[in-house]
Amino acid sequence: MSVLVGKHTKLVVQGITGSEGTFHTLRDRDYGTEVVAGVTPGKGGQDLEGIRVFDTVVDAVRETGANTSMIFVPPRAAAEAILEAADAEIGLVVCITEGIPVKDMAEVHAYLRGTDTMLVGPNCPGVISPGLANVGIIPGEVCRQGRVGFVSRSGTLVYQIVHELSSAGIGQSTCIGMGGDPVHGIGFIEALGLFQDDPDTDLMIMTGEIGGDDEERAAAFIAGHVTKPVVAYIAGFEAPPGKRMGHAGAIVTGSAGTAAAKAEALEAVGVQVARTPSQVAHLVAERLS
Amino acid sequence: MDLYEHMGKDLFRAHGIATPRGVVAATPDEAADATRELGGRSVVKVQVQVGGRGKGGGVVLVDSPERAAEEAARMLGSDFKGHPVTQVLVEELLPIAREFYTSILLDRSVGEYLAMMTAEGGMDIETLAVERPQALRRVHVDPGLGLRSFYVRELVGTLPVDARDGAGDVLRRMWAVIQEMDATLVEVNPLVQLEDGSVVALDAKVTIDDNGLFRHPDVARLKDQFPIDPVEKRATDAGLQYVKLDGQVGIIGNGAGLVMSTLDVVAQAGAHAANFLDIGGGASADTMATSLEVILSDPAVKAVFINIFGGITRCDVVANGILEALSRVEATVPLVVRLDGTNADRGRQILAEAAHPRIVSVPTMDGAAAEAARLANGAAA
Repeated sequence: MSVLVGKHTKLVVQGITGSEGTFHTLRDRDYGTEVVAGVTPGKGGQDLEGIRVFDTVVDAVRETGANTSMIFVPPRAAAEAILEAADAEIGLVVCITEGIPVKDMAEVHAYLRGTDTMLVGPNCPGVISPGLANVGIIPGEVCRQGRVGFVSRSGTLVYQIVHELSSAGIGQSTCIGMGGDPVHGIGFIEALGLFQDDPDTDLMIMTGEIGGDDEERAAAFIAGHVTKPVVAYIAGFEAPPGKRMGHAGAIVTGSAGTAAAKAEALEAVGVQVARTPSQVAHLVAERLS
Repeated sequence: MDLYEHMGKDLFRAHGIATPRGVVAATPDEAADATRELGGRSVVKVQVQVGGRGKGGGVVLVDSPERAAEEAARMLGSDFKGHPVTQVLVEELLPIAREFYTSILLDRSVGEYLAMMTAEGGMDIETLAVERPQALRRVHVDPGLGLRSFYVRELVGTLPVDARDGAGDVLRRMWAVIQEMDATLVEVNPLVQLEDGSVVALDAKVTIDDNGLFRHPDVARLKDQFPIDPVEKRATDAGLQYVKLDGQVGIIGNGAGLVMSTLDVVAQAGAHAANFLDIGGGASADTMATSLEVILSDPAVKAVFINIFGGITRCDVVANGILEALSRVEATVPLVVRLDGTNADRGRQILAEAAHPRIVSVPTMDGAAAEAARLANGAAA
């Protein structure tokens, strides 16, 4: 078992004909993901390595039964692409695109509340259920099938920590990169809730970073709703206030959003917080033994 | 992008919000001339991208052109809270009856906008929110609905009756700045009511979303007015994400999260990072050469730590990129290289065979951080 993506996934890729879109679509298909369609306006009817391309998502859904979308559309059109997928009643949308204006995302966020569509991202590496399906750009070869659920704001920290887990023989049920933007789709709370209810996840890892209060709110949720063990890691203790550290959302504003405050909030509810990425794997191994 | 006050006020005027008459001055003489034009008295305000100007001596009332020149000379001659000062704003003095506070900002924890209003202007708003929350009206604005009249009535209901229409009009125009200019923060502290009853924005704090700047080329061009560290400028021009920090270990890594984590691990090893530098997904020889040039141009750097996790990026390509970069850039300090992930063994082998005298290859992130810290501290001693 797994969460969000798996053998049930039928994937449509929006922006499939761009170079990034094509490259990662084919990698995901090679990994075993069922890719049923692509969408690029104006290129409907084309065939991309055996994948049918449509002009609209609603066409792709009608013709192929797609239930999951992955978005590689450029930033100025990406919010529209998310709305189109939700309007076509796609259940899960994974938006990889980086650089979407936050105003556009605020509008998307408001619209999605009235739908059954779940969004991961934007500005994220996607979701992988090792051995089952890969929807995004997480390198499948560093993952290993198993029973640890993983959710992270940063993409490269997913790769780094998953690599250390796999090397230590610890497999993952699903790894979710939720993305580094200020307004985003599912967060720690939704991911931890999914893992808590997943019979094949025994332990969960969350890695956060400076900025916002996602980690603090996750701590409150863990206290009330999570019974499985949680291991955390927070990046950005050395980040000075007012400086954006790469991600649009990674910025300490005034006294809010510091790594120390986040680690403290998590430790206060019994979460073990690792001091380095490599310590994450050690703590997980201890908890599972 | 945080705008200077005078830039924010330009946006305000373009959207119909009243502000005091003012002139931007870059020299004491210009400040004196402006004060003369404004009737011999003025307020001189330092233009920087940080708050707390009032308490920090960055806002001064003057009663003569000579005094304006003196204050401008003082402000332009030194940093304000570590920020270089190249401009002051000289404004007319207005007959103020009352001071309020208002703002609209993106509340990222709920993905909506938060609008706030209080009749208690001039106070630190974070303190007010904690000490007297009932004095601060707060409403969340659904972006799908926009700033409807019922939101505005709720907000201005905390003000004296004769100020409500004027303040409501300002709020609607602030919302237009949010919507039309991709602003994530519009704050007016204080918003004032003059003796004639009219409502004027005495200050303007505006932040524009960097991701939205492509829709506003005129605003994007304002960036040239902000003094920028020359090293930072070079990195930004090359498309690198670079932030100057205060330590001795130069950092190059791929991915924002991994680089942030690298700064922390170096600190735990007993040294501090000299910078944040994310080279992103690709690690070509060109990118690596520019990154090394940028980092080695900082005289504080005593050692460099290159921390790469190969996902889609392959470590053998990175290793060749580092070697090619070193054939173009002279390394004056040791480079500790940690390669892990895709093709890490081949990457390490390439570095071992090259046996470059400055390169120290360490397989783990913790080990490499310790080595970089040791080298940086040793060089400093």
